[in-house]
Amino acid sequence: MHLSAVATDAEGYIFLKLTYECKLSKIRIKFRKACEKQKKKKKRIRKMVGRCRTRITAQLELKAPPYSLDALEPYMSRETLEYHWGKHHRGYVDNLNKQISGTDLDGLALEEIVVRSYNRGNPLPPSTMLPRSIWNHDFFWSSMKPGGGGQPRGVLLELIERDFGSLEGLLNEFKQAALTQFEKDNKLVVQKSPNAVNPLVWDYHPLLVVDVWEHAYYVDYQNRRPEFVSTFIEKLISWDAVSARLEEAIAQAAARAEEDERRREEEDGVMDDGDAIEMYLDTENESEAE
Amino acid sequence: MLHLFIVTLLYFFGYQKQKDQLRGSRRTSRIVAFYGLTAPPYELDALEPYMSQKTLEIHWGKHHRAYVDNLNKQLANSPLYGLTLDELVKVAYNNGNPLPEFNNAAQVWNHNFFWESMQPDGGYMPAAGLLQQIEKDFGSFPNFREKFITTAMSLFGSGWVWLVLKKEEKKLAVVGASNAVNPLVWGDIPIITLDMWEHSYYLDYRNDRGKYVNAFMDSLVSWQSATARMARAEAFVNLGEPKIPVA
Repeated sequence: MHLSAVATDAEGYIFLKLTYECKLSKIRIKFRKACEKQKKKKKRIRKMVGRCRTRITAQLELKAPPYSLDALEPYMSRETLEYHWGKHHRGYVDNLNKQISGTDLDGLALEEIVVRSYNRGNPLPPSTMLPRSIWNHDFFWSSMKPGGGGQPRGVLLELIERDFGSLEGLLNEFKQAALTQFEKDNKLVVQKSPNAVNPLVWDYHPLLVVDVWEHAYYVDYQNRRPEFVSTFIEKLISWDAVSARLEEAIAQAAARAEEDERRREEEDGVMDDGDAIEMYLDTENESEAE
Repeated sequence: MLHLFIVTLLYFFGYQKQKDQLRGSRRTSRIVAFYGLTAPPYELDALEPYMSQKTLEIHWGKHHRAYVDNLNKQLANSPLYGLTLDELVKVAYNNGNPLPEFNNAAQVWNHNFFWESMQPDGGYMPAAGLLQQIEKDFGSFPNFREKFITTAMSLFGSGWVWLVLKKEEKKLAVVGASNAVNPLVWGDIPIITLDMWEHSYYLDYRNDRGKYVNAFMDSLVSWQSATARMARAEAFVNLGEPKIPVA
C-alpha cells in the first residue's frame, strides 16, 4: 500500500483504491473482516494526512496511465497518448472541475458523480458526459499495458468459456461490436454504448473497455478502425487488470447477496446480534461508494 | 462409326450453343442503379493549408467512399432500393426511429453537401440578399459567426453544424445535430454545414476544434454556394412580401 501517494488524492480516490486492493488480496476472507480492516486503514490515513498537513482538495485529479506515454509503441504511438491523455482526458477533468465547483457534486468521488448526474436516464445539467468520459478514460488506460495481449487465465477464462463458448467467440463479438458502433463510444464486453455512456449507470460492473472515438486511433490508424481493434486485442489488452476487476466484481456480488439476505432477515424480524446490525450499516456505506 | 459419332457430338454441341445464344437474346438484362461517389468541386490539395490534401484523401477517399459502398451493399436487398438520396434520407429517418440504412445514407448526403459548402479562397462574408437575411435573423454577421462557432464547440461527440432555413418559422437558424442527423428530416432547408466528426479535423488540428471551426469560417466556407442554395430555398419558403414590380 503506497499511503504517501494516496494521501494527496481526493478522498474519493483514497477510498476506491483501498477497496480495490483490500478485496483483491483478501478475497477468501469473509466480507466482515475485510470491512474492519478497511476502517482501520482509513483511520490510519486520516492520521497521516493530518500529520503531513496535506491539503485534500475536493477537485478531481487527472490520473496518469500506469505506464509511460511511449510504452505502448508501436501499437499506440506516444503522440496519440500525448494528445489523448494529455489534451482530451485532461480537458475533460479541468472542465468538470470548473463545472462542479460550488455545486453539490463538488467533493464527491468520481463514480458517485457519474451515477448522480446520469440521474437514471434524465441527465442533470451541467454536462453529464464529462464525468463519464473521465471515468471511461481512466478505465481505458488501465485496461491496457505494454506487452499486453495474450490469453486470460483462471476464473476469467472459465467465465469467458461459459458465456461465449470460447475466447475466440468473445473476441469476435467484441470486434464486431467495436466495428459497428456508429456513434462514438466506449465499448464494453458485449456491450457497446454511444458517446460517453458507461455501465455504472446501469449498475453493471465493467471489466474491459476500448475507446472507439476517432481521437483514440486517428493519428496511428486514420480510418482503419478494424486494424486498431485487432491490435488492441492482440497486443494491448491487460488481461491481469480484467481478472482483477472480475474478482472485485465477484466479491461485490457476494457482498450484495449477503446484504440482501440480511435485509430479508431484518424484515422477517430475525435479529442478529448488535455487531451484525452495525456491520450492515457500514456495508451499506461501503457498497454505495463502490 | 467413330466418324459418325464425332459428327453427332459436334452437331449436339453446336445445337446447344445455338440454344444458348437464342436464350441469351431473349433474356432481359437487369439494370441495377446505385449511388455514386461525387467528387469535391476542387482538387484535393486546393484547400491547403486549412484542410490538407491528406485529410481530403482520407476523409473523401476512404470515409466518404466507404459510406457510399456500404450503402450500396445495404440497399442490394432492401425495400428502400430505388429512391433518390434525399428521399432515402427522409424515409430511413423514420421520424426518429432510424432504419439501418439511415446512417450511411445520411452520411453520404452530408458529405456531398459539405464538400460543396467549401471552396478554395472561401470565407470572408456573404453578399447582398444572403447577408441581409443573416442580419435580419441574427442581428449582425459577427453575431451569426459567434453563434455558429459556439454551437460547433458545444457539440459533444460526433455531429454536424448547420445553417438552415426553417420552413415553419421562415428564418435562418444555426442548428447542431448529432451523428448523421441532418435538417432534411425536420423539413428544413440546409444552407451550409460543417463536419464536426473527429476524422474531419484530427489530422490537421488534432484536438484544437476552435482553430478548425475558425479556419472554416474565415477561409473555407463557400458563400457563393450558400447564396445559390438560398436562392433555391426561396422558391419553397416565402421570406417576406413579394416585390411586385411597378409597371
